[in-house]
Amino acid sequence: MGPELVRILLVEDNAGDVRLTQEAFKDAKVHLDLYVASDGVEAMDFLYRRGSYAESPRPDLILLDLNLPRKDGREVLTEIKTDPSLKTIPVVILTTSGSDADIERSYQLNANCYVSKPVDLEQFLSVVRSIDDFWLSAVRFPKEKRA
Amino acid sequence: VQNANSCAPAIQVLLVEDNPGDVRLTREAFQDAKVHLKMHVAVDGVEAMEFLFQQGRFADSPRPDLILLDLNLPRKDGREVLKEIKQHPSLKSIPVVILTTSASDVDIEGSYLLHANCYISKPVDLEGFLTVVRSIDEFWLSVVRLPAGERHGPRIGSNSAR
Repeated sequence: MGPELVRILLVEDNAGDVRLTQEAFKDAKVHLDLYVASDGVEAMDFLYRRGSYAESPRPDLILLDLNLPRKDGREVLTEIKTDPSLKTIPVVILTTSGSDADIERSYQLNANCYVSKPVDLEQFLSVVRSIDDFWLSAVRFPKEKRA
Repeated sequence: VQNANSCAPAIQVLLVEDNPGDVRLTREAFQDAKVHLKMHVAVDGVEAMEFLFQQGRFADSPRPDLILLDLNLPRKDGREVLKEIKQHPSLKSIPVVILTTSASDVDIEGSYLLHANCYISKPVDLEGFLTVVRSIDEFWLSVVRLPAGERHGPRIGSNSAR
């Protein structure tokens, strides 16, 4: 239902979680490209195609960790959701935090949804697959529109 | 898992939908839900806002944990409902899933601009429709963390204290 090739930007500083996410997406039902930014500054460089990201595509979906080096995920979320050219990109918060304050705050900042990372490996993989199943199969994305 | 969920308070879902057939199908699809949920229905945009602000016959309505919103509605359009929810400090954190027959790029883009949490086109065929509703159950009601809300507090005009 979505675009033929789905581009996902994963913003995650934990190398283990990056690798597990890549593995979980390998079985995805759709054709997808996963890009990784390892902190908030890199994420914004990717989105604005700055520096080494001059050729980066506009992602269809962003998976965003909250606790990130250099620029926090909450700041990244705020910047995305207040920029008219970026705000339509769905942002899924994917974080170890399960605190009510983080959940409420993220929705207040217009996160599209909030998912807690399970500590358990199998559960982590199943959560990533559920993101794949739902967002990449049922949801309609806005058409690509460059800034 | 079944046992754990049956002890948890029901997830309150508000379906804003004027088509009785779609209301019934959604109810049926949710009957097999993995979680304990209670579905409320508002048949137009005015009713939806009354429900959310606990006005009139909705004085005792709960705060929904999730809203499923059609776009084309009588009296008050779904786009207006979405806008009002997402501009209201105490309502905006409630996730709104657009569930509509429209698949137009203008509607999709417009909904995300108004901060819809996600946009789903209703498949015309029955099986497709049921699959989509079940996918909402499997993801939004089972995986996603919904805001805890202010279940017992006053809603009108109150700013979230979190």
